[in-house]
Amino acid sequence: MPEQLLFAMEVTLNGLMAGVMYALVALGFVLIFKASGIFNFAQGVMALFAAMTFVGIQNGQVPFSHLINAIFGTKIHYFGWELHSMVAILLTVVVMIAMAWAVQRFIFRHLVGQEPIILFMATIGLAYLLEGIADLMWGAEIKKLDVCLTDQTCLPQGINLAIDETTFNLFGYGFFIDNLDITATIVAIILVAILVAFSQYTKQGRAMRAVADDHQAALSVGVSLNYIWILVWSVAGFVALVAGIMWGAKSGVQFSLSLIALKALPVLMLGGFTSIPGAIVGGLIIGVGEKLFEFAIGPMIGGATENWFAYVLALIFLVFRPQGLFGEKIIERV
Amino acid sequence: MKLKLTTAALAALMAAGPAMADLVFPSLSYRTGPYASGGIPFADGYADYFTLLNERDGGIGGVMARVLECETGYNTEKGVECYESTKGEGSLVYQPLSTGITYQLIPKATADDIPIHSMGYGRTSAKNGDVFSHVFNYPANYWDGASGAINYLLESNGGDISGKKVALVYHNSAYGKEPIRTLEELSAKHGFELLPLAVDHPGQEQKSQWLQIRRERPDFVLMWGWGVMNQVAIQEAANIRFPMENFIGIWWSGSENDVLPAGDAANGYKALTFHGVGSDFPVFDDIQKYVVDAGKAAGAGDQIGTVLYNRGLYAAMLAAEAAKKAQEIHGTADITAAMMRDGMEALEITEAKMAELGLPNFGPTFTVSCANHGGDALVGVTQWDASAGTWSLISDFKPTDQDVINALIQEDSAAYAAENNIGSNCN
Repeated sequence: MPEQLLFAMEVTLNGLMAGVMYALVALGFVLIFKASGIFNFAQGVMALFAAMTFVGIQNGQVPFSHLINAIFGTKIHYFGWELHSMVAILLTVVVMIAMAWAVQRFIFRHLVGQEPIILFMATIGLAYLLEGIADLMWGAEIKKLDVCLTDQTCLPQGINLAIDETTFNLFGYGFFIDNLDITATIVAIILVAILVAFSQYTKQGRAMRAVADDHQAALSVGVSLNYIWILVWSVAGFVALVAGIMWGAKSGVQFSLSLIALKALPVLMLGGFTSIPGAIVGGLIIGVGEKLFEFAIGPMIGGATENWFAYVLALIFLVFRPQGLFGEKIIERV
Repeated sequence: MKLKLTTAALAALMAAGPAMADLVFPSLSYRTGPYASGGIPFADGYADYFTLLNERDGGIGGVMARVLECETGYNTEKGVECYESTKGEGSLVYQPLSTGITYQLIPKATADDIPIHSMGYGRTSAKNGDVFSHVFNYPANYWDGASGAINYLLESNGGDISGKKVALVYHNSAYGKEPIRTLEELSAKHGFELLPLAVDHPGQEQKSQWLQIRRERPDFVLMWGWGVMNQVAIQEAANIRFPMENFIGIWWSGSENDVLPAGDAANGYKALTFHGVGSDFPVFDDIQKYVVDAGKAAGAGDQIGTVLYNRGLYAAMLAAEAAKKAQEIHGTADITAAMMRDGMEALEITEAKMAELGLPNFGPTFTVSCANHGGDALVGVTQWDASAGTWSLISDFKPTDQDVINALIQEDSAAYAAENNIGSNCN
């Protein structure tokens, strides 16, 4: 097989894996937009906040320690424990649920019936607020992220040797696939399956879908909007935690983690803002598209094409299908 | 009686001498935003050194130093706002701490007669003081860094890297592109093949670049990165099993922040430097005694001895020494920004002086002059030991290829002078 074709196959596989990582971020946007019509600008910061909270809890860091020390002249930084990853994840989920309640109680409850642009602006404010709280709670230094089931079983990183050997035996060239990307793909599949099962087969899930379809109709049959929106923000918070862990494992947990939202936007434009399968398919198309373009055309034009190419690809789709591949066509009658 | 009282009051006033204002050192810091983890230690080091001088020595030449901190968030617009809002406070020298802010401030500060010190960043050709009268970039600049890296590779490969392949993974910005021209010249001179690989901001996704490195199999990889790009690059290098000892970053890709997330996989990674690492210097004992123990540290006191803290401290030390020089030249302790510029232009850092300051062998020796605002361009190399969690200086501060670099500096600064109608500053 020609060498360039093998390279292209390797790039395509890696593009698919990268696409899954983008889709993980995009899922959080979709959940909130679908249920409340809010484009949540704070989704990237939620991923940052969740990842920082996870690492902080796991490492036994005292929240707001810098503030406490500055006010009371103490020198406390750590509780002195190291929690199991699963316990830390559970506690972080509790924090994200509390955040969802606070967001609903103090922000969006007061904005019911406002124009979408007002709600969008509120999420911009929320993003800055959350970023500030994350800084105050856990500090700004970069933290190493370890998720381990046992001492020997941690989130894997690095080349998958089985794929490397198999492809080498088949083609004479070993493909590089990152173990972390494989894990992210498995996690994404499980996550989507849980989300679909939740929305299809549980009472709360059906209520979420009812609210998404028509707020007024859902209210008229006794569905509590407040409850559903807290539920939706909690689920989006959980998705943000998963995305934060996967991305944080690559780069450490740091403030630029919030910028992963930039990677989700073209995915949403392409897949549609209201479709969970759309987020996945959109992510895969963007991932493969940008990686192949960088591989084939990038070297001729100086490289670094991935950021802008993803948006160009999304814009092309927008021209022909404004609602995205799987999005619902919005018809407003005047 | 009235006359006696007036005379006594006047005598007391004269005895007290003229009231001295503080020496103001603005700090354009970034303690918030995506790059806060790099900005905090630098700002802490910068502030703590001046606190030390105030607490231990009673200031500089008897005048207290005041650090005027302004948060830029590493944002160019905010940086310019900080400059505009603090320049009227008697600011003596600006450390913009960002190449973007430096470029914006060069014409403004020159017009305002306030010097800029862009240490290891900013516009490289500002080394030519004949054109850039108010900009200083001693002790080393990006092009010195590029040459320092190649010199190190030459030295560790028996003086010959012809036929070798050197990849440059760079941030796709003006900063990241800085070394390309120099490396192209050095590639022609030494016969190595250069493979530039751009990474888009912020650099969280670099799979394409590292797959290409895996395919092209370069012998060495250089990196001009910043922020999250560094951590991801080091992790990706580990993922493809690129030998860390053949991976060298510029000084902005060589702090604890960059290597810690990758854990043991980052062991052996190298970075260029123009100052010492660690806290095994006498000055840190004084910092502990007069600053940290006295509860006057700028931060939590947990950054002392880290690479970027040391860089902030070093920048403050150079500013303080230039202020002393300015006081000496002008015969007054109460110096202005214009006098500070003169002090910077006459700065001489010797080993004896470094030892006297409690920083023996901490940085290169150098001399600044009207024509040379960049010092002697000596560059060292550090290496990360993951098990110990420390950086070590593995090479002395060594000369760089000024034959190549000076020609490029003359070319670039001449173009700037022609474009902005600037005459000779040194004649």
